[in-house]
Amino acid sequence: MELFWLATSTIFIGVFGCVAWFWGSNWVLDRILPPRGPKSGDNIRRANQIRPWLFLGPAILFLSMYLVYPVIDSLWRSLHNANGSRFVGTANYQWLAGDAKFRESMVNNMLWLLVVPALATVFGLLAAQLTDRLKWGSIGKSLIFMPMAISFVGAGVIWRFIYEYRAAGETQIGLLNYIVTQLGGQPQLWLTLPGWNSFLLMIVLVWIQTGFAMVILSAALRGIPEETIEAAILDGASPLQVFFKIKVPQIMGTIAVVWTTITIVVLKVFDIVFVMTNGQWGTQVLANYMYDWSFRANDTGRGSAIAIVLMILVTPIMIWNIYNARKEVR
Amino acid sequence: MEGMAGQKSSLAWAVNIAAFLLVVLWTIPTLGLFVSSFRDRDQITASGWWQSFTGSEQTGFVRSGTADDQVQQEGLYVIEGNALEGSQTLRAWGIRAREPAAFQPGETAEMDGGIQLTVEEDGTYRMTSPTPFEMTRGERIFTTTVSPPSFTTENYNRVIGATGLGRAFMNTFTVTIPATVIPILIAAFAAYALAWMQFPGRALLTAAVVGLLVVPLQVALIPLLRLHNELGIGKGYLGIWLAHTGFGLPLAVYLLRNYMVGLPREIIESARVDGATEFQIFRRIILPLSFPALASFAIFQFLWVWNDLLVATVFLGNTREQLVMTGLLRELMGSRGGEWEILATSAFISIAVPLVVFFAMQKYLVRGLLAGSVKGG
Repeated sequence: MELFWLATSTIFIGVFGCVAWFWGSNWVLDRILPPRGPKSGDNIRRANQIRPWLFLGPAILFLSMYLVYPVIDSLWRSLHNANGSRFVGTANYQWLAGDAKFRESMVNNMLWLLVVPALATVFGLLAAQLTDRLKWGSIGKSLIFMPMAISFVGAGVIWRFIYEYRAAGETQIGLLNYIVTQLGGQPQLWLTLPGWNSFLLMIVLVWIQTGFAMVILSAALRGIPEETIEAAILDGASPLQVFFKIKVPQIMGTIAVVWTTITIVVLKVFDIVFVMTNGQWGTQVLANYMYDWSFRANDTGRGSAIAIVLMILVTPIMIWNIYNARKEVR
Repeated sequence: MEGMAGQKSSLAWAVNIAAFLLVVLWTIPTLGLFVSSFRDRDQITASGWWQSFTGSEQTGFVRSGTADDQVQQEGLYVIEGNALEGSQTLRAWGIRAREPAAFQPGETAEMDGGIQLTVEEDGTYRMTSPTPFEMTRGERIFTTTVSPPSFTTENYNRVIGATGLGRAFMNTFTVTIPATVIPILIAAFAAYALAWMQFPGRALLTAAVVGLLVVPLQVALIPLLRLHNELGIGKGYLGIWLAHTGFGLPLAVYLLRNYMVGLPREIIESARVDGATEFQIFRRIILPLSFPALASFAIFQFLWVWNDLLVATVFLGNTREQLVMTGLLRELMGSRGGEWEILATSAFISIAVPLVVFFAMQKYLVRGLLAGSVKGG
């Protein structure tokens, strides 16, 4: 109950504080530079120069404090020792270069980068195309989209039920092993199986992200001008040809957007690995490795260095996004 | 022409079937969790959830009555009883461990000394002998039984009362609501300025927001935790609210700005001509018109904060008093990995709220996704 009041009052204070700031600062501005009287024209012009910054103020404060400052601080910390007391130059990065676990994380992250966006996009495209003209298509879409709402941890529990292992001869209660044994195979401890386990963790993310890809690609498919499709059909193109030669090329831009968006999710993947294997048995990824060093080993130098590596990996996408956004503004 | 029509309908069938398979494939994992959360512990460990609809088969043995239980009927010595419990039905039975399913229900087994044993489908057995029984331990009757599908809400009663789930549920709400409401307000004003006010550096700021969209959270964890400690905020609700506000802002500003830019220019211009202040324009025109975008972001932020584990683990701490649902689930996976019924039920409760929000507000979610990805990229 106490908690309830705390939360309620915070919402109230937060909302009230925001409104008070925006309203109050506007009021003060109008008082100092009244849009009336002898100098009204001058005042309005000057007030209009200041007002945007009043509107933007809190956002800029939050963005710089919670996103810009940390990037700089992380960079600074990555050049210092474990508790940030001594400058060590690039020692942390040199250590990273020689660290086997880090290399494993990099390799795994690259595999994730190859597999997850590709599979999610392909399945998303398939789902979008298949459900598009069906009577029950929207229900089908909802169900494929649904995993988006499920937390990575929840997904971890769900898939753990699927990957569960029982010794050969016992009743398999994990769906995967059940299928394998029904087909005459041997049940496996999937999550400890090198090579397979990383891939099985990726499946979880593919399962979550396919809905996202489907929703966006479905909208793009609908945006294709009918005439191009009709013309192709009149010329005798088969449904497959229409799909691959007419539709897909026209939505290439959207596919790229979906791909990069999922790529960013993948680079930051943490929860799935954290709760399902915690990076054991060769499944380590950068985000989880960073967590290990920062909050288990309490070495902020090495932790920050790994975080900066992540930051560097997303930078090309960041630049590409900015480039595209600016092109659109013009 | 008929050939083409035939081809078309077979193609339609193929599409229907393929789409159905895909949907089933995507739904089964969640369905499995849902079904499991209604099964008791013994059932979960004894058979897969997909077998729970047809009833599960068990094998075992019971002992018949002993010499003390015998009665005399029509010149025979008889021991009667029931080999089954509850609502099971008998599929097969036997009298030797090597052949536990040698007899069908209703058949009669011949044993040494002229003893006959009959077991019926409902489990009643009748053992007869021409001479008095003398054994002090009952004969073993091996049974193969089928339990009918049975589901229980017992797990939910247990979980809500015990494992701290109620507390975690409250904690999650406490984290989520302010962390959803506050960024919306801040972002709405900023988005309006970026969309409709003229000032130097506007393009640069917009680009910066787009850039900040992809900054990995991992970069922010250590510096912000330090910063919070130095400011005296420490680990707690205030800290996590601020953190989520900061992390959610780029998307909020970006989504809202994209939406507001698309609002009709004439409305805003004419309001300006009529002498409305920027504040009035924002409150009376922009805010009501932007409702769909505000709703989109609210859903995003709600789902993201509710489902988040990393930020909560770092900024809130792991004590019982402060544990959120995702944190609790993680703990359950580690410490009580074997207690499937607890894990399944807790997990389902934790995903129930986002699922309800998702199905109720899907329209806005889709709209937000489209505004965030297709337009801007």
